[in-house]
Amino acid sequence: MNVGIVVLAITGLLAIGLYALLVARNLIKVFVALQILVKGAMLAMLAAGQIAGKAQVGESMALTVIVADTIVAVVGLALAVQLRRHFGTLDVRAFSTLKR
Amino acid sequence: MFVHGLIVAALLICAVQAVRSKRLLHSALWLAGTSALTALMIYLLGAPEVAVIELSVGAGLVTVLFVFAINIAGEEAIPIQSIVPRPLAWFLMLSSIVMLMWMNRDLVGLNVDVAQVLQLDFKTVMWENRILDVLLQVGLIFSGVLGVLGLLAETHPSALKEGGQ
Repeated sequence: MNVGIVVLAITGLLAIGLYALLVARNLIKVFVALQILVKGAMLAMLAAGQIAGKAQVGESMALTVIVADTIVAVVGLALAVQLRRHFGTLDVRAFSTLKR
Repeated sequence: MFVHGLIVAALLICAVQAVRSKRLLHSALWLAGTSALTALMIYLLGAPEVAVIELSVGAGLVTVLFVFAINIAGEEAIPIQSIVPRPLAWFLMLSSIVMLMWMNRDLVGLNVDVAQVLQLDFKTVMWENRILDVLLQVGLIFSGVLGVLGLLAETHPSALKEGGQ
């Protein structure tokens, strides 16, 4: 497989995830952006493993990333549900009450 | 080569739509498409075990969780104005693209032969050489389950009574 195509996918996913993370105000959208960002990082680990000739190490790390990413999504979504109950909104600006 | 290009194009379109969609439910479904196409990319990179897990967890479990959370929390129209000014966000995104492409400029013409790379057994590496990763995953799963139970648990009546006094 041509590495250039994989690099394109990695770059695209990381860039889209970064942009969405900067722009999103809805907490659930923030977690969607994180998911996209982490998919780019996971592909990068796999590609790095293939290029370095240590594919299994890359696969093992990608597996750990999948587990960590899922836990982040689970805890984050549970937190979003609780915040929605508490504040009545999912707007991340509404949660920053420390500065008031 | 052409098919790989099509897969990457579809992957990026799904990711963009997941970010652009106004409705959260549509966003979650586009994200599921992104996960499925990522799993396909992983399979083509010669890691079928990871691809299966990504497909079942990323496109299955996480999508169900998103739909569940959106159903409970509900759709909400939030003003379009972002926290970071959009021109700055565009600048940072384009800068990251330029930097990543520049850092990986030597890899662009490189071809990886998947059949040659596979030397060690994945099971051996995972369960013998990378045992710390496995322990970390177990720890993460336990902490995640406990975290969710703690967050979604109903408040105990005695705590409510104490709060009222």
